[in-house]
Parts: sequence; structure tokens; C-alpha cells
Amino acid sequence: MRNILLIFRKDFLVEWRSKQIFPTMFVFSLLLLLVFNVAFEFRSDVDSRAVSAVIWITFIFSGLLALGRSFSLEKENNAFAFLLLTPVSRSYIYLGKLLSNVVMVLLSELFILPLFLLFFLFDASGVSFSLTGTVLPFLGVVFLGTIGFVSLGTFFSSMALNTKLRDMMLPLLVFPLIIPVVITSVGICSSILEGRPPDYYSFSLQVLVSFDIIFILLCSLLFEYLIEDSGD
Amino acid sequence: MRKILFFLTFALMVLATWMTLFYAPTEVVMGHVQRIFYFHMGTVWAATVAFTVVFVASIYYLVKETAKWDTLAYCSAEIGMLLLTLTIITGSIWAKPVWGTWWTWDPQLTTTFILWVLYAVYLVLRSGAGGRGKKARYSAIFAIIAYVDLPVVYVSARIKRGISPVVFGPGGGGIDPAMMHTLLVTLLGFTLLFVLLLGERMRIMNMENALYARSGRGG
Repeated sequence: MRNILLIFRKDFLVEWRSKQIFPTMFVFSLLLLLVFNVAFEFRSDVDSRAVSAVIWITFIFSGLLALGRSFSLEKENNAFAFLLLTPVSRSYIYLGKLLSNVVMVLLSELFILPLFLLFFLFDASGVSFSLTGTVLPFLGVVFLGTIGFVSLGTFFSSMALNTKLRDMMLPLLVFPLIIPVVITSVGICSSILEGRPPDYYSFSLQVLVSFDIIFILLCSLLFEYLIEDSGD
Repeated sequence: MRKILFFLTFALMVLATWMTLFYAPTEVVMGHVQRIFYFHMGTVWAATVAFTVVFVASIYYLVKETAKWDTLAYCSAEIGMLLLTLTIITGSIWAKPVWGTWWTWDPQLTTTFILWVLYAVYLVLRSGAGGRGKKARYSAIFAIIAYVDLPVVYVSARIKRGISPVVFGPGGGGIDPAMMHTLLVTLLGFTLLFVLLLGERMRIMNMENALYARSGRGG
């Protein structure tokens, strides 16, 4: 546990001082938002399904951008090789990277969400806001969904960087695998916005939580094989 | 052994074709179109076997790190891809007159489509990974994760209700014995066809590797 936190602290400090990933993600999300706005001509008659879809597409695209960066930082000065030299199980290295990536992606999502509110939901009809009924469940789903796609994203960004195709490879590897996250997260978010009771989406929630657990376990197990010798 | 397998497969496939066209009774509602279903089931069954082989071979490769497991996984994935493409095509031909559309996003179709994409990515990953050992290891890891991912995709796609027919198990209608015979022969035929193709593909692959080794270039 201490090792995971140490790696987390290292990554966070690097980001805090260099300020590379966070602003990039934020501006990128903002641009996506603008593009969606222009493309869909969203007015006040928005559909909660479409809004949820737009939110998650923005999160996933900007999130993957950040993830690609997080491992290419390690490549500079061969930092990753030194990280591997530390007498820590490889699984902990994965979990530490996962933790720092989740926190970073979540933070920028938290900054972007109010803007969504402003652009899309401000004068949407039929959406009522209450702290316990809408806001907290919504944030919960954002949290779980983010863990879902970042767990696979973190894993595969370290693989993609070592392939010939590099950054090209990451979305190719991750998008088909995170389909369950997309289906469940968008579904739950739109149900919440429509003000449906929790029973209505409890099954999706179970699927989402299982996805998170399965792939965090599987990825931390397989991480050892992934980075055996990054040399060749 | 190869010859026996070849003739056995040939005989079974001919028998399956004959049974599909003449032996099996015509389905009452769907008519003759339903006959494509035997080959549809045959290809999807063999594709499932193929991808299970990829999964198991990938695990063995990661544990043992011997090249033959990687060759097995790769060849099986290639054939599985071919079979799955045939599944989708035969399914579409069936769906057009029966459902009135070539394609719909029902859970089984969605899952099949994602499976197809996953193995397309698997093949892309192999061509774009880099060195030989890296290629084998990365694709093995991806295959394992993809195989585990698939049931989750299916469950999450099921959240919306589907229209693909459920023939067996609870809620299934059960079928005529003659149809059952036809189906069993077709499934067996396609299983043998898969084994035959796999054996041949691996032979070619091994020859390729031997040639590369002789000319001094790594594959």
C-alpha cells in the first residue's frame, strides 16, 4: 500500500511541477465540447441520452490523451527502467500508476462538468437537480466509469508506447475493450438525468462495478508479463 | 493422419451440405431461408472454438514462452476471423428476409461485432508490435484480456432486450429431430474443418519461420 502511494506521490509531483497533462486535458475537453455544441446545435430541447453520450465521449477521449502522456513521460531519460529497478512487485507499479492516472483524470473531469452544466443542461427541460437525487449518484457513476476505462487505458498505454505504431495503437486497443463501460455509464447517467429511481439502473451499476474489479485484478496480474523486458 | 483427416472432413462437409439442402425439413414460418442457419451455427461454433484455442494458447505462451504456443494462437486467430466473418455474412443473409434488415444492434450481434473488432485489433497489433518476442507477448496479453472482456460485453449489451432467436435452453422452442441431426453433423463438420485448416496453417507458418531463420531475417 505504501509503495502504491509513493508512486502516486511521484507522479503527482511531476505533474504538479510540469503542468503538462492537466491543462492539455482541460483545453481538449473544452474544444470537444465546442465541437459537439456546433455539430449538434444543442438548444434547450436536449435529450438526456445525447448529453450523457457527449459527456462520456469527451471524458474518454481526453482521458486517453492524458494516459498516453503519462507513460511517455516515463520514457524520457529512461525513467521507467529505473522505476522497474525498485524492489517492488510489478503489480504495485501498475496500481500506483493507475491511482495517479485516475486522480488526474477525475480532477479534470470535475473541472469540466460544471461547464457541461452551463452549456447543455442549464435550460434543459425536465431535468431537476437535487444533491442526493442527481448530483451525488452522477458523480458516483463518473467515478466508477473513470476507473473502468483508466484501468485498461493505463495498462495498454504502457504496451502501446513500446510498439512500432506508438500512440496510434492506444485507442485501437482500448476502445473495443471498454464498450461495457460506455454502454453502462451512458445508460446510468441518462437514467439519472431523467430522474429515474435507482432500481431502474441497478443492473447496469452491477455490471460496471464488476468490470472495474475484473480488469483491475486482471491487469495487475498481467502487468508483470507486459513489461518483462521493454528493451527489444 | 493428415490424409485421413482431410477425407473425413471432406466427407462430412459434403454430407452436411446434402443434409442441409435435402434432409432437413423446411421450416414452416421462414421457409428455405432457414437452411442457411445450419452453416451459420457451424461457423459461429467453430469460431468460438478457435477463439478459445487462442485464449488457452496465449496463457500457455505467457507461462512457457515457447514459440509453438504463439504460432498456435496466431493461426487459430486467423482462421477464427475468417469463420466469424462468414458467420456475420450468413447471419445477414438470413436476417434480411426474416427481420427485414441486414443488421441490427441486438446483444448477440453487438457481441459478435465486438468480437470481430477485437480480433481485427489482435491482428493489427501483431503486425505493428515490433520484435518477435514482443509481438508474441503483447498479442497473448491482449487475447487474454479480450476473451475475458467478451462475456462482460454480452451482459452489458443485454441491458437492452434482444431479438436473436434462442433455440436451446429455457425459453427455446426445441426443434425437429431431423433438424437436430443436420445441425449436429454440420457442427462436427465445421469443427473438423477448423482442425484441418489449423493444422495446415501451422505447417505453413512453421515453414515460413524456418525460411526466415535460414535467410537470417527475424519474422
